[in-house]
Amino acid sequence: MIEIKDLFIKFPGFALENINLSIQDGEFFMLLGPTGAGKTLILEAIAGIVPITGGRILVKEKEITRLPPEQRGTSIVYQDYALFPHLSVLKNITYGLRYHRNNPNTSKKRVAWLMEQLGLQPLVQRSIHNLSGGEKQRIALARALAVNPSVLLLDEPLSALDPNFREDIRDLLKKLHQEVETTFLMVTHDFAEAMFLGERMAVLNDGKIDQIGPVHEVFHKPATPFVAKFMGIKNVFHASFRNKKARVNNLELHLQSPPGENKCYVAIRPEDIIISKNGTSGNDINSFQGKVMGITDRGLYFEVSAGTGNVIFRVMLSKNDFFKLELQKNKDIHISIRSSAIHVF
Amino acid sequence: MVTKKKIDPFFWIAVFSTVTVVGFILFPLTEMVLQPSVQDLKDSISDPDVLSSIGLSIYTSGMAALISFLIGTPFAYLLARKNFFGKKLVESIIDLPIMIPHPVVGIAILGLAGKNHWLGQLMQQVGIQIMGTVTGIVTVLTFVGLPFYVNTVKAGFEAIPVRLENISRSLGASLSETFLRVTFRLAWRSMLVGIIMCSARAISEFGAVVIVAYHPMIAPVMIYERFTAYGIKYSQPVAVWLIGVSLMLFLLLRICSLPKENQT
Repeated sequence: MIEIKDLFIKFPGFALENINLSIQDGEFFMLLGPTGAGKTLILEAIAGIVPITGGRILVKEKEITRLPPEQRGTSIVYQDYALFPHLSVLKNITYGLRYHRNNPNTSKKRVAWLMEQLGLQPLVQRSIHNLSGGEKQRIALARALAVNPSVLLLDEPLSALDPNFREDIRDLLKKLHQEVETTFLMVTHDFAEAMFLGERMAVLNDGKIDQIGPVHEVFHKPATPFVAKFMGIKNVFHASFRNKKARVNNLELHLQSPPGENKCYVAIRPEDIIISKNGTSGNDINSFQGKVMGITDRGLYFEVSAGTGNVIFRVMLSKNDFFKLELQKNKDIHISIRSSAIHVF
Repeated sequence: MVTKKKIDPFFWIAVFSTVTVVGFILFPLTEMVLQPSVQDLKDSISDPDVLSSIGLSIYTSGMAALISFLIGTPFAYLLARKNFFGKKLVESIIDLPIMIPHPVVGIAILGLAGKNHWLGQLMQQVGIQIMGTVTGIVTVLTFVGLPFYVNTVKAGFEAIPVRLENISRSLGASLSETFLRVTFRLAWRSMLVGIIMCSARAISEFGAVVIVAYHPMIAPVMIYERFTAYGIKYSQPVAVWLIGVSLMLFLLLRICSLPKENQT
């Protein structure tokens, strides 16, 4: 278990404050946040690379706050691979073995197993120059796991990769995590990666944690407007509530259940809003007449701004649906939203 | 319609200044190298005084570079990796020897080594003498050469991503093991270049050495002596030999420091 208690790191112009995290043994935990939120700083604080101003860090109930990096049992993998340029592939992978008093046979087996899992055997004697990004990242992973760390820290390991390599490494990470006992803690700014890989996640916003929870819970039930927007929810509105109704400007939305106390926002995922020619009806469906205000081609899908009254919804439409509906600007449409798709917080 | 390509006047200014600068440096030097006859060169290199002065020049600059390597490397590493209060001040202190007039360096060192200073008295008791000794020459050469070593190697350390060291530490290597297995292995070329820079600076030093030790005579002092005693004709051949031998050495070190083709 990794426990971070009241972690506080101060730099000129930036501070990481009140970071409290507890990560289970063997968990795949994601730290999410935009650039500059302090994600990497948390990883490097756990690894012992950046000095911390206050707080405690425990790994497996052992306090490591004041230990030098080499005594922490935390391996780190960076976005830019950080392979040793003067060493061959094999020497990179086996770099740390001499510092871990294992039975040489066990280490050898582990390295062989890792190389097989990561498909590295054909590269063993190569120099690390002229390898692809995907190959380099697999070597970095093998090197980090070869020493059997209790925690593997992954600093945006997929961000620098081409899209096709990215999926490979992403799948490999998932597979490796299932096979080894190491706890994985990964930093990313991509919620799709977090959804695919993570079990739980924490969302970081400007040096503070906004929300911690299972990935699906954070995805579907964000706790702050920041988290909602970060999870790709493009429709976040201030709202007032009465019984099972929410009012956004002068638009009334029926909710599935009474909202409870102290709520001030509604959030609706752009893919949960339905646009149709004739409208849909049903008990639990909010339906409005509206107009297409704008259309943006996003490559894989269309984003349509659909206005009703003085509220504008952003809607995600597949290309297929888009052409079927023959949408164009200022066209009259129906906007439907299931009441179960409205998240209140 | 074909329009004539217009060349900006700045291009011609740049060409003119390039030719001027290169010519200004190379013209006097090549003339000096070409003026002595082959016989003059032969005569001067068979003179044991000339040989020993060139030898002493190379030895003392080499020692200065070695000392700079030993004491300058950890210092350069610290400057490259750590931020601390007063770092800017320390960085300007290391540049001081570059700015101080050379004879002043010699006078400053002598002032410490004299009988009236406690350090001089201490050194006398241990048997170290600065005035008129090889030790004295190496001391002033280290003084003037050290900044060139430290600045070069500091830049070399800075060019190595700190992440490589972080990775090494996290894999279990201590700070010193990391330095030996990663940093040193990646920075040795810049250390070699630093050694070249430092000894090049040292071998060309005259003003500080002539104050501390006229004898034993290093090559620049001998060149100066021949010039004042016998005139330009007799000083030139020694200068040519000094330049020739140093160029060969620097070229050799430079070749060693070139990266292998598959390691760019």
